[in-house]
Amino acid sequence: MGQGRRSEPQSHDRDEAFRLQLETLIPHLRAFARTLCGDPTAADDLAQDAMLKAWDARGSFEMGTNMKAWTFMILRNQFYSEKRRSWRQTQLDQEAAERTLVAVDDPEAPVALDELRMGLGMLPPEQREALILVGAGGFAYEEAAAICDCAVGTVKSRVSRARRALQGILESGSYRRDGSSASEAMATILADAERLSQVK
Amino acid sequence: MRRSRSKSPSLDEARLRQQAIGVKLRQMFDEVVNEPVPDEFLSILRRADETRAGVKK
Repeated sequence: MGQGRRSEPQSHDRDEAFRLQLETLIPHLRAFARTLCGDPTAADDLAQDAMLKAWDARGSFEMGTNMKAWTFMILRNQFYSEKRRSWRQTQLDQEAAERTLVAVDDPEAPVALDELRMGLGMLPPEQREALILVGAGGFAYEEAAAICDCAVGTVKSRVSRARRALQGILESGSYRRDGSSASEAMATILADAERLSQVK
Repeated sequence: MRRSRSKSPSLDEARLRQQAIGVKLRQMFDEVVNEPVPDEFLSILRRADETRAGVKK
């Protein structure tokens, strides 16, 4: 009787708590999906699929543990199981990068962000996701390793390689954005970072 | 008092650039996090929840 059934009201409360917590994670799932897919529409489809998968698997989630990491793992598995081929195709596809650029609604958005997106698009997928999880998602190396199903040391080395590669891309202008020089992009990023750090 | 002058300014410069890229990365991610969530997400989840509860409408 180890895995005894919960009584109905208890499992209802648990589901309710689970759903509320899952709702708070939707913005993060969307952001992570966007970095994996590039295309916002495809990203939202992926995020919705992952959200439903998480809901269906709620029984296997241990309340009190890190639900964000758990849902990111689900989203990532979903992405690689279903979309691996399409990503391989778009990875080197300049058109995909252009679509990502077009997807930026805000005309005031600093140009450097576009370049950063394109630079990210040029990284090998495993480096990109490691950098995103640790550098933007706020995950510890250990958590990122669990999400990516690899060793902590592997995540560390991927992140550091990604950082170096990204810097190289931004400085050399190999993202092939017409009309703006590489040093310009890096200069914009530096200026923006300085501005942001002063604001906060 | 420590001397602020570094032995290898290029290393400092690289670190600065890395920090700048890090700030940008977070900004890029947070931009999406801060977007309003499309209604679709919540309605899909609520529908799934109602199906479970058998409160189909």
